[in-house]
Amino acid sequence: MGDWMTVTDRGLSSESKSISQYTSEIKMSPSSLYSQQVLCSSIPLSKNVHSFFSAFCTEDNIEQSVSYLDQELTTFGFPSLYEESKGKETKRELNIVAVLNCMNELLVLQRKNLLAQENVETQNLKLGSDMDHLQSCYSKLKEQLETSRREMIGLQERDRQLQCKNRNLHQLLKNEKDEVQKLQNIIASRATQYNHDMKRKEREYNKLKERLHQLVMNKKDKKIAMDILNYVGRADGKRGSWRTGKTEARNEDEMYKILLNDYEYRQKQILMENAELKKVLQQMKKEMISLLSPQKKKPRERVDDSTGTVISDVEEDAGELSRESMWDLSCETVREQLTNSIRKQWRILKSHVEKLDNQVSKVHLEGFNDEDVISRQDHEQETEKLELEIQQCKEMIKTQQQLLQQLATACDDDTTSLLRDCYLLEEKERLKEEWSLFKEQKKNFERERRSFTEAAIRLGLERKAFEEERASWLKQQFLNMTTFDHQNSENVKLFSAFSGSSDRDNLTVHSRQPQKKPHSVSNGSPVCMSKLTKSLPASPSTSDFCQTRSCVSEHSSINVLNITPEEIKPNQVGGECTNQKWCVASRPGSQEGCYSGCSLTYTNSHVEKDDLP
Amino acid sequence: MNFSEAFKLSSLLCKFSPDGKYLASCVQYRLVVRDVNTLQILQLYTCLDQIQHIEWSADSLFILCAMYKRGLVQVWSLEQPEWHCKIDEGSAGLVASCWSPDGRHILNTTEFHLRITVWSLCTKSVSYIKYPKACLQGITFTRDGRYMALAERRDCKDYVSIFVCSDWQLLRHFDTDTQDLTGIEWAPNGCVLAVWDTCLEYKILLYSLDGRLLSAYSAYEWSLGIKSVAWSPSSQFLAVGSYDGKVRILNHVTWKMITEFGHPATINNPKTVVYKEAQKSPQLGLGCLSFPPPGAGAGPLPSSESKYEIASVPVSLQTLKPVTDRANPKIGIGMLAFSPDSYFLATRNDNTPNAVWVWDIQKLRLFAVLEQLSPVRTFQWDPQQPRLAICTGGSRLYLWSPAGCMSVQVPGEGDFAVLSLCWHLSGDSMALLSKDHVCLCFLETEAVVSTACRQLGGHT
Repeated sequence: MGDWMTVTDRGLSSESKSISQYTSEIKMSPSSLYSQQVLCSSIPLSKNVHSFFSAFCTEDNIEQSVSYLDQELTTFGFPSLYEESKGKETKRELNIVAVLNCMNELLVLQRKNLLAQENVETQNLKLGSDMDHLQSCYSKLKEQLETSRREMIGLQERDRQLQCKNRNLHQLLKNEKDEVQKLQNIIASRATQYNHDMKRKEREYNKLKERLHQLVMNKKDKKIAMDILNYVGRADGKRGSWRTGKTEARNEDEMYKILLNDYEYRQKQILMENAELKKVLQQMKKEMISLLSPQKKKPRERVDDSTGTVISDVEEDAGELSRESMWDLSCETVREQLTNSIRKQWRILKSHVEKLDNQVSKVHLEGFNDEDVISRQDHEQETEKLELEIQQCKEMIKTQQQLLQQLATACDDDTTSLLRDCYLLEEKERLKEEWSLFKEQKKNFERERRSFTEAAIRLGLERKAFEEERASWLKQQFLNMTTFDHQNSENVKLFSAFSGSSDRDNLTVHSRQPQKKPHSVSNGSPVCMSKLTKSLPASPSTSDFCQTRSCVSEHSSINVLNITPEEIKPNQVGGECTNQKWCVASRPGSQEGCYSGCSLTYTNSHVEKDDLP
Repeated sequence: MNFSEAFKLSSLLCKFSPDGKYLASCVQYRLVVRDVNTLQILQLYTCLDQIQHIEWSADSLFILCAMYKRGLVQVWSLEQPEWHCKIDEGSAGLVASCWSPDGRHILNTTEFHLRITVWSLCTKSVSYIKYPKACLQGITFTRDGRYMALAERRDCKDYVSIFVCSDWQLLRHFDTDTQDLTGIEWAPNGCVLAVWDTCLEYKILLYSLDGRLLSAYSAYEWSLGIKSVAWSPSSQFLAVGSYDGKVRILNHVTWKMITEFGHPATINNPKTVVYKEAQKSPQLGLGCLSFPPPGAGAGPLPSSESKYEIASVPVSLQTLKPVTDRANPKIGIGMLAFSPDSYFLATRNDNTPNAVWVWDIQKLRLFAVLEQLSPVRTFQWDPQQPRLAICTGGSRLYLWSPAGCMSVQVPGEGDFAVLSLCWHLSGDSMALLSKDHVCLCFLETEAVVSTACRQLGGHT
């Protein structure tokens, strides 16, 4: 061993030295062997190893190198490369298996080391970048710090300036104050001086006045006088009284009287005011009690005992007060009681009102929300409905427009005329109404006309009959004329008959009257009869009578009516109508008359028919 | 509203008799007495010189005419036209003359306020009162005519003397704590005397009839003080107008301030009704520019119409910039008047000369503001109801009542510039005074006017 050591060159020895050092250290802590190795000498060792290997083993020094390796490996904790020697003398044999194992282990170790190295490198990189980042951060922060520092300095500067200003202002204020003080002093001094001067001047003035007064008074000024025609009486009619001590006392008395009166008046007023206020207070108290009493039972349960007793106290107080009617008294104790009770009640009322307020506000809030929700729903529904309606309306409008357009195209008239038509529609309607009215009238007229024609036909028939009758009558008369004695009596008889017929006639005339006064038919008829009988004797002679008869025959209808106008004037219209029977239809206004006329002729014919037998 | 014809007048001397039956007016040296209803001349008196002052006696039987220049006073009787009385103050001179409340004594103040001479018409007696103070309002009589308070100055101190008017006996004499007393005024109930100091100091003192100091009030110091003072007819309130543009109302129980009414240049309260007199010239057509522009002109043109418009708040009023380095600056409350029922107070701030402020005393707030086109000369309350008549020196009469406001053109040829006015005590008519004419204005009955006012208020 010692030989080997000498053989190794210097560089190597130093190496080995270091290695030995390591080994010694490692031996101290075998557990951390690998890590130590890896950490401290991974790269340089590998290099060394390589260079070492290049010149390490030669043909000559295999033995040495093996032993060296063995030694090295054993120091590193590997199993020995040699087999266990059985004896001392025997040379130790190289154990290939162990060598290979060692190699393998070394390789594994190498790989591990490499991996670790890689890891370390990446970590290193990471750390480097972190470092960079931190450095940049640091520089940034440094900058910030710098700027804020600068700002701070600026602010401090400003603060200083402001303080300076403030100080200046303070100074100024102080100066101003001083100035004010000074001015006030000046004013005061001036005022005193002025007053003083004034006083002096006034004194002088007074002196002058005095002097003037004396001068004016002393000089026997004749001019100062009153020129009066005659003295007048005093306003109160009394004579002036001498000034004496008595009058003075009286004046004093009066003055005090006036003052007293004034004070009394004021006291009265104050009393009145007091009474009013008391009344108001009493009323308020009563109202409070009445307000508090109905709900007192509830609060008493809820509210703690103290307030309950207060209420009862109050009630007692109230009772007492009302009983004693101490409102008119104004002594201290009563006032105190009163104010205390009122205060208590007021407090209760206040708390109650506050409570109510709270409740109300709560309820209000809740109610508000509910209402809000409901109203919104309603609102939405309503809006939906409305929108739908709008849609419908729009559609309707559209269709109407279309229709209108169609209409416009259908008619060759332009839309304006169509519009005018629209406007005319109303008028048309009105015209239609008028038309219907007119039609109705026409119908009425037609009916009338028909009745007239019927009546006319009947009249014609009657006339014919009458003619025949007349003919027969004339013939008879002619025949009777021969026997004159008979004739007279006959005549009388006939006359009476005629009068009867005329009587009937008259009746018919009166039958028209019911149109005016339907109740007076029975009453009126005898009067008229007598009138007629009176008028008839105007034609007593037969010849005359004949003439009248002929007249009747000729204008039978008229003749009858010739009497009527005189008798019944109001029905003149009717008479005229019968005269112009055929043209009546054109006058609807006189319908009534026409009808009456009609009925007249009608009845007339009837009468004569009756007479016929 | 009817107007009488205009009668001649000189130096605004026209007065209704206290009983309301007669109207006395002066034309140069002639005194004319007319019947109020018929306006017929009842008496015509001729004085010795131009009349400078007239005053009716309280019983409406006598009229005094003062001719200050000649130191003369002439008294005329209405019952006996031939009766005459002439008082000559001689070399002492005359600066003021007034009746005592009994109507049988005349108080003449001589020149330099040397003395007051009391002349009696009943007896030959003449009394003198020395040391009267030369101040704005130095003599005041109680409403019932029993007492007279007189401001005096002796030995540079102010005194007040209270005399019994019936026999001119001195009742009380006391010094007042004032620098330079300026005015005294009895309360309407005749029990409290208000005494106020010069405008250099805000101080008002209240004395009882027996000379006790009831209270003293000072609102501030070091500034111009009281400018005007008015008692309410109920004696409950004392309104004090001062140079700071405020009215302070004192109560009659504690004599402390109840409230103060400021007179700001802008009115913001929407409860206040602001009536603005608007002028419309009928000859101006559409698109026709008025030249010079309205507002630049000196006053309302006589031909133009004017009416009230209700301005919507905020309203800024026309203000004058007062010249403060002159004596008697135009600032502060110069005029104050309570309505006869004490419900309203009318004021005028002298640096807003066009505006009349009407305050509601019941609610203690501003009730209405009337802004005229030209400075307000005078205003006076109707003695019977809350109705305020205002004149501005133009040819219009302005009336305010709680129901509304109206302006009336005074008819007649030419321009009747109303410089002053005075109500008849019945409130049915008033005399409008111009520089050399007087005309009576008869108002309709209350109902008609109020409805008219309401209509006007509704229209505007």
